[in-house]
Amino acid sequence: MTVQNRRQFLASSAGLVIGVALPLKGRAQSGAAAALGDGTIAEGAFAPNAFIRIAPDNTVTVLCKHIEFGQGPYTGLATLVAEELDADWSQMRVESAPANDELYKNLAFGLQGTGGSTAMANSFMQMRQAGAAARTMLVSAAADRWGVDPSTVSVEKGVVSDGSNSATFGELADAAAEARVPVEPAVKNPSEFTLIGTDVPKVDSQAKSNGTAMFTMDVYRDGMETVVTRRPSVIGATVASYDDSAALEVPGVTAVRQIPQGIAVYATSTYAALKGREALRVEWDMSNAETRSSDEIFADFREMANSQGTVVEETGDSAGAIEGAETVLEATFEFPFLAHAPMEPLDAVIEVTDGAAEVWMGAQFPTADKGVITQTLGLNPEDVTMNVMLAGGSFGRRAQPTAHIGAEIAEIAKAAGGNGSWKLVWTREDDLTGAYYRPITVHKMRGGIDAEGNIVGWEDRVVNQSITAGTPFDQGGADPTSFEGSTKMPYDLPNVTVDWVKADMPVPVLWWRSVGHTHTAYATEVFLDELLEAAGKDPVQGRLDLIKDEAGRDRGVLERVAELAGWDGQRVKGDRAYGVAVHESFSSYVAQIVEVSDQGGMPKVHKVWCAIDCGVAVNPNVIRAQIEGGVGYGLGTALFNALELGEGGEVRQKNFDTYRMLRISEMPDVEVAIIESEMDPTGVGEPGTPPIAPAVANAWRALKGESPRRLPFKQAGV
Amino acid sequence: MAKLTVNGEEVTLDVPEDTPLLWALRDEMRLTGTKFGCGIAQCGACTVMVDGMPRRSCVTPVGSIDGGFVETIEAMEGPEAEAVQNAWTNIDVPQCGWCQSGQVMSATALLRMNRVPTDEDIDNAMAGNICRCATYVRIRRAIHDAAETLEG
Repeated sequence: MTVQNRRQFLASSAGLVIGVALPLKGRAQSGAAAALGDGTIAEGAFAPNAFIRIAPDNTVTVLCKHIEFGQGPYTGLATLVAEELDADWSQMRVESAPANDELYKNLAFGLQGTGGSTAMANSFMQMRQAGAAARTMLVSAAADRWGVDPSTVSVEKGVVSDGSNSATFGELADAAAEARVPVEPAVKNPSEFTLIGTDVPKVDSQAKSNGTAMFTMDVYRDGMETVVTRRPSVIGATVASYDDSAALEVPGVTAVRQIPQGIAVYATSTYAALKGREALRVEWDMSNAETRSSDEIFADFREMANSQGTVVEETGDSAGAIEGAETVLEATFEFPFLAHAPMEPLDAVIEVTDGAAEVWMGAQFPTADKGVITQTLGLNPEDVTMNVMLAGGSFGRRAQPTAHIGAEIAEIAKAAGGNGSWKLVWTREDDLTGAYYRPITVHKMRGGIDAEGNIVGWEDRVVNQSITAGTPFDQGGADPTSFEGSTKMPYDLPNVTVDWVKADMPVPVLWWRSVGHTHTAYATEVFLDELLEAAGKDPVQGRLDLIKDEAGRDRGVLERVAELAGWDGQRVKGDRAYGVAVHESFSSYVAQIVEVSDQGGMPKVHKVWCAIDCGVAVNPNVIRAQIEGGVGYGLGTALFNALELGEGGEVRQKNFDTYRMLRISEMPDVEVAIIESEMDPTGVGEPGTPPIAPAVANAWRALKGESPRRLPFKQAGV
Repeated sequence: MAKLTVNGEEVTLDVPEDTPLLWALRDEMRLTGTKFGCGIAQCGACTVMVDGMPRRSCVTPVGSIDGGFVETIEAMEGPEAEAVQNAWTNIDVPQCGWCQSGQVMSATALLRMNRVPTDEDIDNAMAGNICRCATYVRIRRAIHDAAETLEG
């Protein structure tokens, strides 16, 4: 199985082209309406065959509605289709779906997009039904051709047969195109699965090992210019004036134009554009800039944490319970801005031809980008074609409700005017200084323990910006992405108050792999561990004793990881210490135990044991990979990363020399156990990340007496 | 202007001599398998072979390697490269994939010099290649797998 590029696909896409032949409005509409609402899929309520194309050459192409940036939807969604189609895995191909909310919306959002670890969860039944529908049509075509009853026709590994006749999908493609589209295609019972639950090889591994995988930055058009934009180094600053005379002297620089995002330098090569940008002189207007340093922001947030915010969860009387407690613990945890730093910096390509535009980008919300491009250029929606490219990582960074990259590439084309093609490239410096960070957050915690060692009161006050405010994801009221994970803890605590103090500042913020859980898991799981320690309880058994009856899946992963790690209650053995954390995010349950030693004042993590319950494990190999990666992503961040605003608001970390990434020598061994489950599958891209930092901090406290109150472990210097 | 042999072909690059090899490969020759990650030799995504040794192409001016032999991911050949790429595919090392050309380059260079690398050898050879997806567990395993294949 291979990844096809669009050109190859178009060259071979005659035959049964289900879906694209459908009028986009009309037949799809009833489904679009019915599938909104509570997110469940109504029978017959979508255009199943918008996802599958079967060609005469016997290839089956799945149009994947989710962007592939390493988390595995190309493989996963194709697996679902192939399973129900009874295709041979080798005949499967995967293409990115075009931008079309009606056909390709995320059933969890209502618009086309990838995020919140929902790709598999929202596609599980939809893609299986799409595959089952196509299978029914192939069987029907075969039965007609052979003059037999459809019930006598079977399908196995891509071959349709009635015992005496047989045909491939390709041979039946034309006839199947005439078959009736089934309204309620039956899907398999899980006991019949042959691909789901197995380590189906990933469709993109080979192309990503030999350099042939095509990303946005790899797109070159005839006569294309490369554009880099000078943006402010203080967030929120705007251009007051600029001098481009030196920039225009640089050979290869063709133009310098002001766009809303900054000053755009157009050139015949990337290097010329970069040199031209260096030669620009820009004066900045700081009137709307964030000129506080991170330290000043933290100080303001600590002050704000002294006043009650919006209560988002309340049980009993936490203040009274803590007042009457035998022992009271307090802690304030501080979390810095973080950049996502995907390895492929942000980029986009646009080609404008006589009132039509074609765009290539790793768009996580492609219809949002298409919308802003269409509007900016004053085009008709049908004249704008979006190519959603493979993307070199995202971790949330490409999920842009503001469509700011779509806007920037459109402004670049608009400023140039006329026909042409342009590639926007962000450098690493643009990436790290360009905001859209994980918000700075302060958690102020209080907890009370009675004379018997029971936790009698729990308070968690969260101070941070809202990620969704002012975006289409804004639900009004308190923003759950600010405190998710502080609420709905799995523990049976009698008196709990969680409140949120909303901060407003001109720094754009964004979801960062696991969003609110990036800080809530740390604050809750470290503080709980400290309370258990103060009560003289074992970190694992103490948690198990507290877990609510209905939180069986939290209990399941905690028991499993304790077994996997051989937990015996000893937090320190020789120079090694052990810590645990359990945290649910995106409806997947993850527990981790880590083995840590002290290496020159920093934790060295030797081993991570992990148990995950994510429902049906569609592809265990991909799940393990996402846990390994999620652990590494969270660990490197906890150890090293703070994106700091320095004095006057200037971003201090501008590249990987100061924004330090985890390296192979720092990567622990990771052992993963996947809980067997028949529950519908849930996400795996993010849930591996939240528990690692608290688990390491809990082990570190066993070794050194304290868990960090401010992350990262290594306070970043420049 | 610089003359190089790139993947066995002699090329004359009509670009300023301070142009980084990375951008010459990509913009001038359309060899897009070599990736841009940082521009300051901190991440290794741009790693290519120059005269048989791994080099960060983002900080290598083409003028500084005039007459040199450049090998990119598009033309990786030989038993070590084949073993590495097969191992990468067999255990599904890549996630997003952006850094993997550079990883494959560094791993191939390691195995060309050391057919039986220890974990420490791997750390030393691969520590300059960042993988933001943290595929490091599998990179390590794939290098050991490739080494076993080469030892037969």
